[in-house]
Amino acid sequence: MNTKEKYDLADLVIEHALKSGAQQVSVNIYENRSNNIEIRDQKIDSLKESNQGGLSINLYVDKKYSAHSTNRMKKEELFRFVDEAISSTRFLAEDEFRMLPDPEMYYKGGGTDLNTFDPKLDAIDAKTKINLAIQALDEAFKKDERIISVSSYYSDSITNSVMVASNGFRGDSGNTNVSLYVTVSLKSLTGRPNDYWYENALFFDKLKKTDIGKKALERTIKKAEPKKIKSGKYTVIVENRVASNLAYPLYGALQGSSIYQKQSFLIGKENKPVASPLLTVYDDPLMPGGPGSRLFDSEGLAAVRRPVFEQGILKNFYIDDYYGRKLGMRPTTGNSSNIVFNLGTRGLEEMIVSVKEGVVITGFIGGNCNGSTGDFSYGIEGYFIKDGKIVHPVNEMNISGNMTEFWFSLKELGNDFLENQATRIPTLMFENVDLSGI
Amino acid sequence: MNFKRREFIKISGITAAGSLIIPPFFNSCKGIALSDNAESYLNHFEVTRDILQKVISAAMEKGADYADLYFEHTLENYSSLEDSKVNSAYSNIGSGVGIRVVKGEQTGYAYSEIISADAMLKAARTAANIADSAAKFSPVNINEYIPPNYYTIKTSWEGTSVKDKIPFIQRLNDNIFAGDKRVTKVNAVLGDSTSYILFYNSEGLLTWDYRPMVLLYGLCIMEENGRIENFFVGRSQRMGSEFLTNELIDELSKEVVTKTSLLFTATKPKAGEMEVVMGAGESGILLHEAIGHAFEADFNRKNTSIFADKMGKKVAENFVKIVDDGTLPGKRGAMNIDDEGNPTEKTIIVNNGTLSSYLHDRISAKYYKVNPTGNGRRQDFRNIPIPRMRCTYMENGPHKREEIIASVKNGVYVDSFSNGEVNIGQGDFTFFVKFGYLIENGKLTKPIKDFNIIGNGPQALADIIMVGDDLLINDGIWTCGKDGQGAPNSMGLPTVKIRKLTVGGLNA
Repeated sequence: MNTKEKYDLADLVIEHALKSGAQQVSVNIYENRSNNIEIRDQKIDSLKESNQGGLSINLYVDKKYSAHSTNRMKKEELFRFVDEAISSTRFLAEDEFRMLPDPEMYYKGGGTDLNTFDPKLDAIDAKTKINLAIQALDEAFKKDERIISVSSYYSDSITNSVMVASNGFRGDSGNTNVSLYVTVSLKSLTGRPNDYWYENALFFDKLKKTDIGKKALERTIKKAEPKKIKSGKYTVIVENRVASNLAYPLYGALQGSSIYQKQSFLIGKENKPVASPLLTVYDDPLMPGGPGSRLFDSEGLAAVRRPVFEQGILKNFYIDDYYGRKLGMRPTTGNSSNIVFNLGTRGLEEMIVSVKEGVVITGFIGGNCNGSTGDFSYGIEGYFIKDGKIVHPVNEMNISGNMTEFWFSLKELGNDFLENQATRIPTLMFENVDLSGI
Repeated sequence: MNFKRREFIKISGITAAGSLIIPPFFNSCKGIALSDNAESYLNHFEVTRDILQKVISAAMEKGADYADLYFEHTLENYSSLEDSKVNSAYSNIGSGVGIRVVKGEQTGYAYSEIISADAMLKAARTAANIADSAAKFSPVNINEYIPPNYYTIKTSWEGTSVKDKIPFIQRLNDNIFAGDKRVTKVNAVLGDSTSYILFYNSEGLLTWDYRPMVLLYGLCIMEENGRIENFFVGRSQRMGSEFLTNELIDELSKEVVTKTSLLFTATKPKAGEMEVVMGAGESGILLHEAIGHAFEADFNRKNTSIFADKMGKKVAENFVKIVDDGTLPGKRGAMNIDDEGNPTEKTIIVNNGTLSSYLHDRISAKYYKVNPTGNGRRQDFRNIPIPRMRCTYMENGPHKREEIIASVKNGVYVDSFSNGEVNIGQGDFTFFVKFGYLIENGKLTKPIKDFNIIGNGPQALADIIMVGDDLLINDGIWTCGKDGQGAPNSMGLPTVKIRKLTVGGLNA
């Protein structure tokens, strides 16, 4: 289906739903094509080609609400699907807060191209993709006698979608993504350490295609023979590649649904300090070429750049239209876009040099955060630092604390975010952090 | 993206997935619920034996060793309660056919969401490209395999209206509010799904399955003097709507109210290594993370598992016996056939403390020259099957729960978890504890909550020094993630004592 055909089908389904008893309707139609290639030890392990599409619909029937999706796209079937959905919606309880957003808040067209779609990606042939994955793998394959396995992955994805709401919203968007990933396993005395590196981009030509296998191998070698250190309070540096793991609980707590459900440790903290004054973060949907860039969100609300934290002060929650109404708060958006952290002046290496005794975290494993209280505890791996130098890799340790206090212990942000990530987060340094080891 | 390691999550209140209400949403195919002959499934997908043969021939035309077709039609419904009312519902329909072509250890995969001869032939030829010679494939005779039935259904979800579901969700809510004055919020979700599966392969095997699944959970929020605590209970089984009983609802609501209120007195444990007693039931997460994933044969075939060279070796005390079982009636992890058409079974992974079997899919079974164990699973027709656990548990041992707890001077007792993860190569595994107790001088004392425990798989297995005689299979809503694919699991454990694990607590 091209974009016009998607709009036409959406219009038809909406018309049918309104005729069948719904007072308001919104419809989203998407198509996605993707390729996944896995190479292991220079042989193709798997080739996968995906073509999928579907329609989802939000129905507002006599103050009652339900949502549905299907990948059966024949018109007659869709109509029957909608009819049954409407009749079953009537069994539900009324919810006065359910309705489409105020059209005033919708994106109304005319936005500039945010450069999120590579029109050339579809024409790249399978051979080129396979060769890229083989090249990436070759940078590591047989480059160290301890290597037991190297795998590389190429994947790409092309998504086109159209959204129409019965009270006036119309919008379409296209996104592409392409990535290369290499993982290396080594045989060592204490186990089979593995690590990875990857690059991704929205445009095929912009994908960095070298130094992926090489970096994966270097990182794996550095991880061999880890040991844990004594439990205690340490200075902790969290590498940019994984730092967003510590930011996720904040984003969970900023959601309107979490606030309404009392599963947020940030309830009532608007315009109050929740982190060190060093922390400033923007949600920036309008950044050209950003993986999270968009002109409108999943409800059709026009995209706006907003501060989330400004010098440690909480400035904006993520409030969708429904929870906005329930909470009596003005909706912002329910979906984060590009999350942009402010930067410091130094990179990881310089930060390490400045630490007397601490740990660099390079990976998280498991763990969780209690959204209501902010108590968290995660498994970690990384390196032990003594007098400004990395001494040995560490593993099998936990980091624990409470999110309402933890972000005040932020001591420094790096200057080194990774390109092409929706979360532009640099390496972070925290002081006085609880680590559990021996 | 499939870059994440093996993760395991219990569905929790805030991640309620999307989906539906009243079946049968799907009229284009004639509802055939529960029929056990090939014809009804062929009709359901509007295909014939002849078309199956043609598509398989196309898949094999470049000289592959093996090919299979996996037809799936899944209907999901979720009804959700907030503000004491069942006021939203979601549904999803997914249907299509996955076509896999195997040459040696190599896999070509494509799928079609449209089940027509043309669309299937096109997908088959795409997948066929994994092999690169020209070969003529002569179709073999079709052998029908009627699988056993491990999930008897009295009333199908397709025959159950949202109207019949609402009272149970409402009762859960009302019970929880009535259970404690401090309750301020309740969320509850009932989800059901029904899958029709039809499988055919180049060896002529034709088989099918009808898979029901239900999950129900309640999330309780209590507030006291400005402090907020939450707890979550859930159950999931392969059952029809007879799953819904007032007894079940009453049991769940009692459990969630009791646990939530205990949290107000709970603290965090001290940080560091200590003895850990894992209570019977949910603690099966230990096996899933510490051992189960590392025994999945793909990691061993690729030589990346820390257990890759341990087959036939002693890995635990004599009284440790661990199994992965797809045949437990009605369990979330049960399957009549796996997603490669093989029968499921009870696979003994560790017997008398010795590693006795990996968990295989077709590719790894062939590689190791053993019979498949029925562990080849996929999230849906869009995904390549890989070795996955089903219901993983440890059989009873020689000790008593009381004697195990009494033997600990300083440690923790844990029995409620939200999630876990493992790093296959280094063997590090974790699980997050929602609730437990300190053990001081052989007695359970203060409640503790919200901490991560981390250990090393082979070490933890060797460190299991006591095993109770109180095995409990847990019916929680466990979903395992691997290579970007989710799969429903069950697990179980008797009370077990581990010499030491690292507890993520606070430092003085």
